[in-house]
Amino acid sequence: MLSLLWTDYLVFALLIGVVLLVLNTRNKAHLRRPWQTVFDNTVGMVSLSVLLMFLLLGLLDSTRLERPILLDSGQTSKQTEVLSVLDMILSPIRIGYEKTYSAPFAHTAYAKEIVLDNTGQKQWLYPRLRLGGAHLSNPNKDKAGDIAQKSLKGLGQGVLVWLALVSLVLFFSKDCSYRALSKGKKTLLFSLLGIFCIMAVLANLAPYYHILGTDKVGEDVLYQAVKSIRTGLVIGALTSIVMLPIAISLGLLAGFFRGWVDDLIQYIYTTLSSVPGVLLIAAAILMAQVYMTNNPELFTTVDDRADMRLLLLCLILGMTSWTGLCRLLRAETLKIREMDYVLAAQALGVSRLKILKRHVLPNVMHLVMITVVLDFSGLVLAEAVLSYINIGVDPSSYSWGNMINSSRLEMARDPVVWWSLSAAFIFMFSLVLAVNLFADVVRDAFDPRSHN
Amino acid sequence: MINYIIRRLLYVLPVLIGVNILTFVLFFVVNTPDDMARMQLGDKYVSQSAVDNWKQQRGYDLPLLWNEQAKGLQQVQQTIFFKKSIGLFVFDLGISDNGRDIVADISQRMWPSLAIAIPSLILGVLVNITFALLLIFYRGSYLEFVGVFTCVALMSISGLFYIIAGQYFVGKLLALTPISGYAPGMDAFKFIVLPVFIGVIGGLGSGVRWYRSLFLEEASKDYVRTAKAKGLSELQVLFKHVLKNALIPILTGIVVILPLLFMGSLITESFFGIPGLGSYTIDAIASQDFAIVRSMVFLGSFLYIIGLLLTDISYTLVDPRVRLN
Repeated sequence: MLSLLWTDYLVFALLIGVVLLVLNTRNKAHLRRPWQTVFDNTVGMVSLSVLLMFLLLGLLDSTRLERPILLDSGQTSKQTEVLSVLDMILSPIRIGYEKTYSAPFAHTAYAKEIVLDNTGQKQWLYPRLRLGGAHLSNPNKDKAGDIAQKSLKGLGQGVLVWLALVSLVLFFSKDCSYRALSKGKKTLLFSLLGIFCIMAVLANLAPYYHILGTDKVGEDVLYQAVKSIRTGLVIGALTSIVMLPIAISLGLLAGFFRGWVDDLIQYIYTTLSSVPGVLLIAAAILMAQVYMTNNPELFTTVDDRADMRLLLLCLILGMTSWTGLCRLLRAETLKIREMDYVLAAQALGVSRLKILKRHVLPNVMHLVMITVVLDFSGLVLAEAVLSYINIGVDPSSYSWGNMINSSRLEMARDPVVWWSLSAAFIFMFSLVLAVNLFADVVRDAFDPRSHN
Repeated sequence: MINYIIRRLLYVLPVLIGVNILTFVLFFVVNTPDDMARMQLGDKYVSQSAVDNWKQQRGYDLPLLWNEQAKGLQQVQQTIFFKKSIGLFVFDLGISDNGRDIVADISQRMWPSLAIAIPSLILGVLVNITFALLLIFYRGSYLEFVGVFTCVALMSISGLFYIIAGQYFVGKLLALTPISGYAPGMDAFKFIVLPVFIGVIGGLGSGVRWYRSLFLEEASKDYVRTAKAKGLSELQVLFKHVLKNALIPILTGIVVILPLLFMGSLITESFFGIPGLGSYTIDAIASQDFAIVRSMVFLGSFLYIIGLLLTDISYTLVDPRVRLN
C-alpha cells in the first residue's frame, strides 16, 4: 500500500515534469546542441552521474509503503508502519542500533561498562556491540582480514554488475562496438563503475559493521546520512517550483509592459529583498510554530508535522529567493522586447500574451535553468545553517543540518567523536560539489557569451 | 547631485513602509498576540488571566488597527500598529519581551560585531583580489584549472565546517587562540583572530570566483588588447588597466554590504560566543522574543536600503558615465 506524504507527491509531480521537459527538449535542435556539449564534457558527465545516484536514493526514500509490523515471533501485527523503499533496503543498519556512540568499524562500544562475564564476575571493560563485528569470535585478530575480504568481494560484485551493464549497452547499441560509443556514454559508464563498486562494497560491509559509526543514541550514522539525502533534494527542488512561477511571470511582465506594472513589481522585489533572508525565515517559522502548537489536531503524526514544516520551509525559501531571478529576467526582457522579431510580431498584430509566450519566454529559459542549478547548491548549504539555528527542518526528520546540530558538541569529547560531523559534511560536500560542477558546465554550454 | 540624493531618499520611504507592513502582518496578523502568549507561557494549560497579564505587560493588549473605545486621534494611536510599528521609523524599538531596552542593547552590542566584520571584509577583499589576479596572470595554464577547481570545491564546503574545523584544529589542538569568548578593549584581539581568519577562508571560494569573472570581463576588452599590442608587460596591463577599471564594480559591490556589517554574522558570532548583534538575533530567535526579532528585521532592511542608496551615489561619484537622471 502506497502511503505518500505531501512532499512525496510534489517530488513525483516534479519528476514527471522533468521527464516531460526532457522529452520535449529532444525534438528541438537548438536545445539539443548545448546539452550535447554538456554530455561530451567529462566533468559534466561525472557530476551528472553522481547527481543521478543521489536522485535515485532520494526517490527511493520518497516511495513510502504502509505495511504490517513484523513481530519478533515472525507473526505480523495488526498495527502498520510506514516505511520507504530505501528504509527496507537499508533494514540491516536501520534495525542494527547500539546503546550509544561507537567508532566506525568498531566492535566495542565507545564507553566502558560493567559487564558480567561467563563466570559471573563483574568486569569493567568496553562491551561488544550488538551489530558491529558481532559475527567475529576474535575481532582483534580477524577484523582487518574480514573487512578486506568483504570489501574485495564487494569490488568483484560491483565490477561484475558493471560488466553486465556494459554488455547490455553494447548489445543494444548500433554496431556492438565499444569504440563507436559517444564520449559522453563512455564517461557515464566509467563513473557508473565507480558508483557500483562503492555501493557494492558498502552493501557487503554494512550488515556486519557500522561503517560510519553510531551516534549518541546508537543509530547508524551511515543510515542517517543516506536518509538525509531526500531532505536536501526536496529543499533544493521544491523551493525552485515555488520560486519559478513567481519569478518568471513577474520578471517577464515587468520587463515587457514597463510603466506602472514595472514600478509595482520593482517595488515588491526591492521590499522583499531588503528584509534579511534569515530573519524573514526565522519570523515565518516562529509564526508557523505558533500556528502548529495552537492547531495540533491538523497534524496527527510526527511525520505529518515534520513534512508540513519541510513544505513550509520550501515555501518560505521560495518566497525569499525569487527576487534575484526576477531582476535578471526583467533586465533580459527589456532587451528582448526591442529585438526585431518582437517588433515584427507586434506589427503583424500578434497579441501581447502570445508574444510573451512564443518569443520572449523561450529566449530567457536558459537564464532560468542556469539560476535553478546554481541556486540548488546554495539551498542545500542553507538548510544546514538554518537547522543549526533551529529554524530549519523539523528536529525529528533526518537532515545533514540536524546531524551537525545534534553533534556540535561532540568535538569537545575525549576521545573525539568525529564521525557524525564528518559524515554529514562529506555527504553534503559531495552533493553540493556535484551540483556546482554541473552548474558550471551547464552555464558554459548555454551562455551565449562563452561561444566566442 | 543634492537633488538626486533627495529623490533617492524619497524612494526609500515607500520601501520602508512596505517592510513595516510586512513585519506587522507576519508578527501580529498571522498569529494573534494571544497565540504568542500561549506559546511563551506553555501551550495548552494556561489560564486566560495569565495570557491577559502577559499581553498587558508588553503592551499587546490593544486592538490591532483601530481602537473603538478611545476618542479622536487616540483611536489610531492606542493600537498595536501605531505603538509597535510606527515607532520603528524613529527607531523607538521599545522593550524586548524579557524587559530590556532594545536600543540600548543594540548600541552596546554592535561594537563586537563590527570588530569582527570590518577586519574580515578588508582582509577578505585583499586576499580574494590577490588570488583572482594570480589566476588571471596564469590564464590558460594548468595552474588556473587547479585554482578554479579549488574555488568550486571551497565553495561546496559548508560554512559550518570551516568554523568547526577551525575551532578544533587552531583552538583545541594547536591552542593558538581561545576557542570562543570575547573581552572588551584591546584584549579582544586574541578572540577576534580566529573568527576573522575563518571568515576569510570561508569566503575565499566564491570571492575569488567573483573577482576572477570581473577581471576576465575587463581583460577581454579592446583596450587591454591595445595595451598588450603596444608592448606593455602582462603585469603592467594587469595592474594598470585591468585592476584599475575593475575597481568600479568592486567598490560598488563593497559599498552595498557596508551598512549590513552592523548586523554581524549570525553563525560566526554564536559559535564563537561573541556578544554582538548576530548572537543577539540568534538568542532572540531561540527564546522566541518577538520584539527583538521584529526590531532586527526592520533594522536589517533599513541598513540594506541605505546600502543600495550608497551604491547608487558611489556609482555616480566614481563613474562619470552614469548620468544623474
